[in-house]
Amino acid sequence: MKRHLLEAADLDRADATLVLDTAGQIESALAGREVKKLPTLRGRTVVNLFYEDSTRTRISFELAAKRLSADVINFSAKGSSVSKGESLKDTALTLEAMGSDAIVIRHQASGAPHRLAQWVKGSVVNAGDGTHEHPTQALLDAYTIRQRLGRLDGVRVVLVGDVLHSRVARSNVWLLSTLGAEVTLVAPPTLLPVGVGSWPVQVSYDLDAVLSKADVVMMLRVQAERMNASFFPSAREYSRRYGLDARRMAVLPDDAIVMHPGPMNRGMEIAAEVADSARSTIVDQVGNGVSVRMAVLYLLLGGAPE
Amino acid sequence: MSTILIKGARPYGEDAVDIRIEDGRIAAIGPGLAADGAQVVDAAGLVALPGLVDLHTHLREPGREDAETVETGSRAAALGGFTAVHAMANTDPVADTAGVVEQVWRLGQEAGLVDVVPVGAVTVGLRGERLAELGAMADSAARVRVFSDDGHCVADPALMRRALEYVKALDGVVAQHAEEPRLTVGAQMNEGDRSARLGLVGWPAAAEEAVIARDVLLAGHVGARLHVCHVSTAGSVDILRWAKSRGVQVTAEVTPHHLLLTDECAETYDPVFKVNPPLRSDADVQALRAGLADGTIDAVATDHAPHAVEDKESEWASARPGMLGLEQALSIVVQTMVEPGLLDWRGVADRMSVRPAAIGRLDGHGRPLAVGEPANLLLLDPTHRATVDPAALASRSRNSPYAGRELPGRVVATFLRGAATVMDGKAQK
Repeated sequence: MKRHLLEAADLDRADATLVLDTAGQIESALAGREVKKLPTLRGRTVVNLFYEDSTRTRISFELAAKRLSADVINFSAKGSSVSKGESLKDTALTLEAMGSDAIVIRHQASGAPHRLAQWVKGSVVNAGDGTHEHPTQALLDAYTIRQRLGRLDGVRVVLVGDVLHSRVARSNVWLLSTLGAEVTLVAPPTLLPVGVGSWPVQVSYDLDAVLSKADVVMMLRVQAERMNASFFPSAREYSRRYGLDARRMAVLPDDAIVMHPGPMNRGMEIAAEVADSARSTIVDQVGNGVSVRMAVLYLLLGGAPE
Repeated sequence: MSTILIKGARPYGEDAVDIRIEDGRIAAIGPGLAADGAQVVDAAGLVALPGLVDLHTHLREPGREDAETVETGSRAAALGGFTAVHAMANTDPVADTAGVVEQVWRLGQEAGLVDVVPVGAVTVGLRGERLAELGAMADSAARVRVFSDDGHCVADPALMRRALEYVKALDGVVAQHAEEPRLTVGAQMNEGDRSARLGLVGWPAAAEEAVIARDVLLAGHVGARLHVCHVSTAGSVDILRWAKSRGVQVTAEVTPHHLLLTDECAETYDPVFKVNPPLRSDADVQALRAGLADGTIDAVATDHAPHAVEDKESEWASARPGMLGLEQALSIVVQTMVEPGLLDWRGVADRMSVRPAAIGRLDGHGRPLAVGEPANLLLLDPTHRATVDPAALASRSRNSPYAGRELPGRVVATFLRGAATVMDGKAQK
C-alpha cells in the first residue's frame, strides 16, 4: 500500500483488493464482540480536517479511527483559524507539529489532498476533494457490491446522474473498472464531462435502455440548483428522464441492487419506494463505510494485516 | 559614452564579424576591426540578435510591489535579452489614465535596464463598461500605442468595435485577451480528457476561438488593427490564418509556455502551472509552433506574470493564474523552434524583436543589426545548457514553471543603446 490514499485512480487491483479483504477481516474480527474495538492504532493520532460540512463522512472516519484505538482530532474549517485566513499549508504544518500521523481531508478544491501530501510527512487520506475523487466511498461501494453479489469481475454497474460534478462517480469509474466491473454512465449530456470518451466506460443518455442488463444501479445525488445553470430544464423533467422509480426498478434483473452514496433527494433522482426496497443497499453502504475506512487507516498506519 | 568592440559575434548566427558600437549606435560591422581604445567584448561563438521586444509583461507596479517592481522586472527582462517590454495595464491602480502610464514609464526610465512601454487599459478600471481616455494616454510622455484590458476580455462586442475604431486615430492597436467570460466561469484548466479526470472546471478552446473569430470580423469591418494576446489553441491559429488571408489587419502572439508545456502539468495540482489561458494539449502546442514558424503568429510574448509565494502555494482553485517568463523566453524558443529547425536565427529576430516592435510602433527597437542603427542587441551562447533554479532568478517572484528543467541558450550580454545592461550573464545595475 502507498503512503497516502489520494485517488482511486492510482489504486491497482492488488491494493484495492487488499483494502476490501482487510475490511472483511476486520468485520469478522469484530463480529459478536462486546467491545467493538481493536488496539492496532493505539498511540497514533488521526486528524479529520474538514473544510466542507459532511457530518456522515466525518463521523464514519471518526468511528473508524476510534475503533482502531487511535486518538482522533476533528478540525472543522468553521470557527477555526482557517476562517481567519490561514492557508492550507500552514494549517497542515501546524497539525503535523502537534503530532498527527494521518490527516483525513475533505476540501472543496479538487487536488487539495495532493497539495497536502506534498507538504506533510504523515499519511493523507482523501475524504472527498471538490469534483475530483472520493476514494473511500468507491471502496465501500465496491465492498458492498462484492458482499451482495459475491463478485466484482464482470458485474455490470450503471451510474446515473450528475457525473460532471461528482467525485463519487469519478472514484467509482476508476476503482470498479480496475476491479473488473463493466461501468455504464447514464446522464443528460450536460452533466457528463467533455473528455468522458477517454474513460473506461460506456455512456448512454437513455436510462430505460440499460436497466434490463444492470446488476447494480448507482444513483448519484443531483442538486436542484443545477437547473438554474441550465444543466437541465426542471427538477421534474430530470426526474422523469433520469430518476429511478418503481416502474423502472421493475425492469431490473431479479438480483440487481440499487445503491446511493447519500444524502438522497427522495423524489428527485430516487423514489422513496426504491430507496426503501429490498434491493436498496443504502443502509449497508453506511455500515460498510466504517469497516472500509478502518481498513484504509489500518493499512496506511498499522502495517500488514495479521 | 563608451565605445565597445564586440569581437567574433555571429549576427543572426551567420559568419563571425566584429561589431563596433559608438555613441549608442552600431558604428561598424566587419572582420578584424581595430580596438582603437574601445572596450573589447570577446563574443567568439556567440549569436548576435537585435534586442528582444516583449509585447506582454506584468510588472505589478504600482500595487503589488511584493511580487515585482518595474526595476526587478526590468532586470529580469535585460537578463532575458530584452531591450523593450510592454507593461500590462492591470496594476492597482489600473493604468487607465495618463497619470498612471506616465508613472510606469518614468519608473522604467529610472531603472534604465530596458525601455518600459506602458500598455493602456481599453476600459475604465478594466471593467469593460466604457472607454478609458485612450487619447490622453497616447499623447502622454508614455506614448501609449497598445491598449489592452488583459486579464479581462473586452467581451461586449459593441464596446470592442468602438475601441478598435477609436484607436485608429492614435495609430494604436487593441490587444485582446480573448476569453468569452460566460464560457469560462470558474474555469481552472484546459477542458478535455485531463480536466474530466482531475475534476477541475474546464476552459474550453471555443471560449478563445469564438472571441478571436468575432474580433477579426469586427477589425475587418471597421478597418482597424487588432492584436490577439497569448493565442493558445490550434483552432485560433486556423482562424488567424483565415483572417490574414482575407487581408484583416490582425497580429497575434504566443507565449513561451504555450510553445512548450501541456495540460499534463496540471496533474500535479501544483498551481505553478495554472495560467490563463490554460496550458493546452500537445496538438495545440504543435499547431502553435507551426503557426509561429509560418508567420500566422507574429510574435512571441512572455505574459510574464509574477505572483507572491502565498498566491501560488495553495490549492489549485484558489491560486492566481500566471507564470514567469522573461528570463527563459529565448531559451524556450531555442528549444521549441530553433533546435527542431522550425525557425532560423533571422526568424527568431523577426518574431521576438522586429514584429513586436512594429506592432507596438516602437522607434529604435526591432531594427536590423546594421551600421547606423541603435545598438540594441544581445549576445547568446546557444550551446550552453543550464537547469532553471527559481531562487536564482532576478524577478522578485519565484513562480517559474521551468524549475528543474534543463534549457538551452544563455544570454551573455545585452546592450541598450550601446550601454551594457547585461555582461557575462550578470545584470550591470
